[in-house]
Amino acid sequence: MWAYVIRRVLATIPVMAVVALFVFSLLYLAPGDPAAIIAGDQATPQDVERIRASLGLDRPYLVRFGAWVWDIAHGDLGTSIFTNLPVSRMIEQRIEPTLSLMVVTLILAISIAVPMGVVAAWKQGTIIDRAVMGFAVLGFSVPVFVVGYLLAYIFALELDWLPVQGYTPFERGIGPWFQNLILPAIALGGVYIALIARITRATMLEVLSQDYIRTARAKGAGQVSILFLHALKNAAVPIVTVIGIGIALLIGGAVVTESVFAIPGLGRLTVDAILRRDYPVIQGVVLLFSFVYVLVNLVIDLAYTLFDPRIRY
Amino acid sequence: MSGEPLLSVEQLQTHFRTPDGVNRAVDGVSFHVYAGETLAIVGESGCGKSVTAMSILRLIPEPPGKIAGKINFLGRDLLTLSDREMRKIRGNEISMIFQEPMTSLNPVLTVGRQIGETLRLHQGLSSAAAEQKAIEMLTLVGIPSPETRVKDYPHQLSGGMRQRVMIAIALACNPKLLIADEPTTALDVTIQAQILDLMRDLKHRVGAAIVLITHDLGVVAEVAERVVVMYAGRKVEEARVADLFANPRHPYTQGLLGAVPKLGSSLTGETTRLSEIPGLVPSLKNKIQGCVFAGRCFMATEVCHTIAPALELKAEGHAAACHYAPVEAVAA
Amino acid sequence: MSAFTADRAGVSAATVHAAIPMPDVLPPVKPRRGFIGFLRRNPTIAIGGGLLLIMVFVAIFAPFLWTKDPTALAPAMRTREPAARWWFGTDMLGRDVYSRVLYGARVSLLVGVAVAALASAVGLAIGLVSGFFRQVDAVVMRIMDGMMSIPPILLAIALMALTRGSVQNVIIAISIAEVPRVSRLVRGVVLSLREQPYVEAAVASGTRTGRILIRHILPNTLAPLTVQATYICAAAMITESILSFIGAGTPPTVPSWGNIMAEGRALWQVKPYIVFFPALFLSVTVLAINLVGDGLRDILDPRMAKSL
Repeated sequence: MWAYVIRRVLATIPVMAVVALFVFSLLYLAPGDPAAIIAGDQATPQDVERIRASLGLDRPYLVRFGAWVWDIAHGDLGTSIFTNLPVSRMIEQRIEPTLSLMVVTLILAISIAVPMGVVAAWKQGTIIDRAVMGFAVLGFSVPVFVVGYLLAYIFALELDWLPVQGYTPFERGIGPWFQNLILPAIALGGVYIALIARITRATMLEVLSQDYIRTARAKGAGQVSILFLHALKNAAVPIVTVIGIGIALLIGGAVVTESVFAIPGLGRLTVDAILRRDYPVIQGVVLLFSFVYVLVNLVIDLAYTLFDPRIRY
Repeated sequence: MSGEPLLSVEQLQTHFRTPDGVNRAVDGVSFHVYAGETLAIVGESGCGKSVTAMSILRLIPEPPGKIAGKINFLGRDLLTLSDREMRKIRGNEISMIFQEPMTSLNPVLTVGRQIGETLRLHQGLSSAAAEQKAIEMLTLVGIPSPETRVKDYPHQLSGGMRQRVMIAIALACNPKLLIADEPTTALDVTIQAQILDLMRDLKHRVGAAIVLITHDLGVVAEVAERVVVMYAGRKVEEARVADLFANPRHPYTQGLLGAVPKLGSSLTGETTRLSEIPGLVPSLKNKIQGCVFAGRCFMATEVCHTIAPALELKAEGHAAACHYAPVEAVAA
Repeated sequence: MSAFTADRAGVSAATVHAAIPMPDVLPPVKPRRGFIGFLRRNPTIAIGGGLLLIMVFVAIFAPFLWTKDPTALAPAMRTREPAARWWFGTDMLGRDVYSRVLYGARVSLLVGVAVAALASAVGLAIGLVSGFFRQVDAVVMRIMDGMMSIPPILLAIALMALTRGSVQNVIIAISIAEVPRVSRLVRGVVLSLREQPYVEAAVASGTRTGRILIRHILPNTLAPLTVQATYICAAAMITESILSFIGAGTPPTVPSWGNIMAEGRALWQVKPYIVFFPALFLSVTVLAINLVGDGLRDILDPRMAKSL
């Protein structure tokens, strides 16, 4: 068991290395002179030179990569071209809203999507099933920001139930914090709910056709017990896997959702950085999100054994 | 046999809706089971015997399936019960064992939990009491060191052990009727014998009637008292085991018996070649004109192809659905 | 019940009693055939394909559908509500939203189709090679795993931040983000096919590797790849709109649906229609493509249909 954990943890190192190398190399892969592009069209040659130096583009590739990795290992993600602040500081200041949004979305999405998928599988072929599947296709088809605007228009502007935009830090009370996060979380969760509901339904259909479900029925077990005790536990591994993979969707969507709802998180930081062509910030955020994504999936991988006693390492 | 039957199935029809037509998997089957007896239902795969068994407990998903007819169990028609009332019967008064012990147990629950579930559902036992009873049941079905086995998951047990666990689950609530659907088919021959012995032993102890679904005539001869032969969704013959083996009336049954290797058949001067039944089972998606077996029957005539034979008593306690089955004097 | 006697040589005369015929429990099922039958059995393809055809028609014939110049400014007629003169209203620069949305179909569909084609072609090549050559596989798949660990939208954002916004660069950026998933899919198919007896037989009989790949492996990857390409097309259109929306996409002069919405963003509380119409067109188009994808998956790849 521990040998497997260690092996699995070590296996993420090459993945993370590739991520780092890739994010780092983008500067060099881009067509044209990145310093000139980042400096923008109105920049003077001096500006371009300054940016080139601050990005270290005047030094050899490998030397620069080595230094960069060394810095990251010490928690230094570089310095923003625009604000001259350390990127790690800027990320630190913005992490709470993003983390809050993601956690609320995750909990909300899973608690909506899994029962939805289970019921759709149980009522396969009925109008309920079709409604769930229809919702799922719709969830894949409407962009996050459209859902966001629609929700904000209906529930904030027209009905005035919830705040239109903004973010209240957690320390100012869980109520206001949550109120501000409901709409963004639903908007962001749309695709994610669609994804989880679909895989839940598909896996449950497969599991419900198994012999042991027939055994459970023959024992006189009730429908709820069959669905949630006998079947769902068997369906857990694929569902949990997709929940982990789907976090990539959440991360991408958070960038947009934060813009729509004016949440001062990492997504906003990214969008601002794009507009200012502040590449070190973009690099830092992409790297951070990717590492988080890899770690989450590592944890999920290791958690399989909790769901299925047949999986032994 | 006399008295009220425990279970009487009358004109059972189980049909399925499929994209290319209605599959009449079971089409008008009737039989009775008396308390304490063992009735075997035999036939080839696809003849509807398993569907019949599942229909009794209403384990057929509706839709796409549809069950019609009457299934009387202790004075109640099971087909008219609510889902809730039906659940109280399943696993409690009627329980079932399935063919595949490898896949019939839930892989993510301990065997103790799975045996205990029945007891908690029907006898309202606490989880501690259910586990205690589960250990007793494991002992009863002959599983060594039940105290530790009760915490095992199915994948830690062998096929024979899993089938013993299935039997423990089925018998936990002392059912009046046990339906065993090919309980030994998936097992090794030596294990088969053990499981059959166990079932026979427990039947005497618990006093349950058994409906045994099988394609194995050897098993029938060993444990059953009466036999129903099914073909293409119909009952074609019914008799006491001894009568059926000695004097099969339906050409299909004769073919079926001919397909079993028999020791000492050369003594009678017969060839030792196993006979086979030529042809294929008719599609159940089309209405069958005439006798269902006519297409494969060596003695079929025009009558057979046009008129479906009624199931009639051909001798005392011996019925067959064949125009040409020899008839003995039957007391009216 | 009718009874009569029949004779037969060698067999004693039998009394024939007809069984009572059993009634039908279920209404009869009529299998549907032909083109109409196909559409009725595959409603997702019928609906999705129909909507998609309309959108393609709109994109191709945009100039003839009562549109004006989508980039013509009319500062005097800014932010007009939808009316007979401006069916979808005008934006903050006085441009006709209806015309912009119709021309926007061209940009969005172009991005979707181009990304689907590019990502499939590159992913197919990488997947075939890495599935068939063990030495390459280890290295390539490590790289793909690394790329897949970067959320696709972020990867596209990072790429776009380093290039000048153009339709071409958007297509390349989104394609790069999609390639790893395609190559994983193709590689998976190749690995399972390699074990097939007919492929092993071809290898054993000395068929050249290139020929095996093209004759035996490639055709089998096409069905899942087609399905995947459809989904990529839909996802790419959404990604394009997101990139444009946050200012990392097509240049603002191009009337893509994402750009129209990005421009309407500042006014969405007072003039929601500027965002609403492009959003509606985008969602309907993506929905149509997704429906076609689901339908194709059900037809082409029953195994995959079961998995999702």
